[in-house]
Amino acid sequence: MKAILGVALLVLLSFPALASLGGTADSIEADSALMKGAIAVRRLASYSVHEIQGDAGTVVREYVSPGGTVFAVAWRGPFAPNFQQIFGSYFEQYSAAVKQQKASYVGRRPLHLQLPGLVVDRSGRMRAELGRAYIPQQVPAGVQVEALW
Amino acid sequence: MLAVISAGALVACGGGSSSSTTTSPPGDNVQAIAVNGGPVAGVNYEDAAFTSVTLCVPNTSSCQTVDGVLVDTGSVGLRILGSALSSLSLPQLAGSGGTDYYNCVNFVDGSYLWGEVAQADVEMAGEKASSASIQVIENPAFTIPTACSNGGLNEDNQSALGANGILGVGSYPQDCGPACATSTSPDYYFTCASSGSCQGATIPVTQQLINPVIGFTKDNNGVIIALQSVDGEAATATGNMIFGIGTESNNALGSATVYTLDSDGFFTTNFNSQSLTASFIDSGSNSYDFPDSSIPVCGSNTIAPGFYCPTSTLNLSAQTVGANGAQGTVGFSVDNAVDDFTNFGGVAALANLAGSNASDKCGPGISCGFDWGLPFFFGRNIFVSIDGQSVPSGVAAPWWAY
Repeated sequence: MKAILGVALLVLLSFPALASLGGTADSIEADSALMKGAIAVRRLASYSVHEIQGDAGTVVREYVSPGGTVFAVAWRGPFAPNFQQIFGSYFEQYSAAVKQQKASYVGRRPLHLQLPGLVVDRSGRMRAELGRAYIPQQVPAGVQVEALW
Repeated sequence: MLAVISAGALVACGGGSSSSTTTSPPGDNVQAIAVNGGPVAGVNYEDAAFTSVTLCVPNTSSCQTVDGVLVDTGSVGLRILGSALSSLSLPQLAGSGGTDYYNCVNFVDGSYLWGEVAQADVEMAGEKASSASIQVIENPAFTIPTACSNGGLNEDNQSALGANGILGVGSYPQDCGPACATSTSPDYYFTCASSGSCQGATIPVTQQLINPVIGFTKDNNGVIIALQSVDGEAATATGNMIFGIGTESNNALGSATVYTLDSDGFFTTNFNSQSLTASFIDSGSNSYDFPDSSIPVCGSNTIAPGFYCPTSTLNLSAQTVGANGAQGTVGFSVDNAVDDFTNFGGVAALANLAGSNASDKCGPGISCGFDWGLPFFFGRNIFVSIDGQSVPSGVAAPWWAY
């Protein structure tokens, strides 16, 4: 147990040098370590998909452009992923925007954030949720965002 | 019966008149609920059902009744603002090494709730869940772990929450379940020392926040949410939460169609030539939310950002499909939300409130969903059975029926 905590701590300490969204494919290794999950890679014509199966049942997919940049992440499963980890250097922008949006109304509904350099969608309910975030400017030509997942 | 009468007094606080009254089926398993704008002065929490819950220090007569608690079939567990429990001191659930357990919930809208796990006898109508783990929502003196906040907004106060608490009576017996007994990855449970040092913690299933319904000694396999019908809009709407399915004379399944959930907890909605495979029913969502790029979305500078703003009311239909193949057609209408909010400012029940979920980019291969929020509950009896509990239909829970 201590060894596992130690590994997780090292990963957190190394953040954000190993950021995910907007980072390089290497950063996916850090996400995988945090989720204690195995990675499976699928290579498609215009991007590759690195899928991490987390130990609590949530699956995270990271989409890597031919240039090696993570241009989108998506998730599905019983629990939300750690956004600080998978959003990487985009986490602060996400956090500021989502706080502002949520503070503007009382109530509950799915999330759609449309920022100049970041789009985030979240839907579902407790024990069953899904979502996706992408950098519009980094999406490779010819890739349909709606096909991601 | 007493509880039904006292809870019925809640209805009065919405103001205005509602068009009809709901007949309360007799029984000690019937809890009055009301779509009344919620308990916060100056806040009209549209399309949300509220009730009152009595909490007691376990095995004592030291109790307090909290009103204005949101009825949420989309979450699990009772979460009460610490500020609403002023006259009650509940025992906390201790972790190892002089720590206490804390619970965290992260909602998809980007809000979160943090607070100590406490134990209480939870009473509604004539039902009682003894020594149930609940969350007492509080902003601690120390910093909440980032793994909990996850970048979101802390709704630890009445004005942000719009309620005095949330009663999660969804499809599962606990908020986290077996995953949290062996893994800290869900980020639902933490242990914190009094110094404020917190770390992710595993917790046995039996100590987790439970769906209060499974803690009842009877009528513990699910709930029925029954709200009166609303034609367009109403100042308030009333109804009942009936505990148990097929356990009493007043909660028979009858001719309702049973729609099972798939292994991910969703069912499918066929709408507008799209197969929305991540669909769900959720009284805690305040609108119908679904992808339709043909309906204009209200602008971000309006009073209804993200909701739909058609030029005139749309009458639409969709087909709901269970994992068991059961199918049914649902008709619904979509108003211009800016017009609704402008013309019906103090109105709590808006039957035609709808918005976009979440992206309009929905195509083959992507998981998209239809969120059947509270407007779907008007004029229906919605059955929510709980995973793992014995149910009468011959179809294993969890499922929804209507």
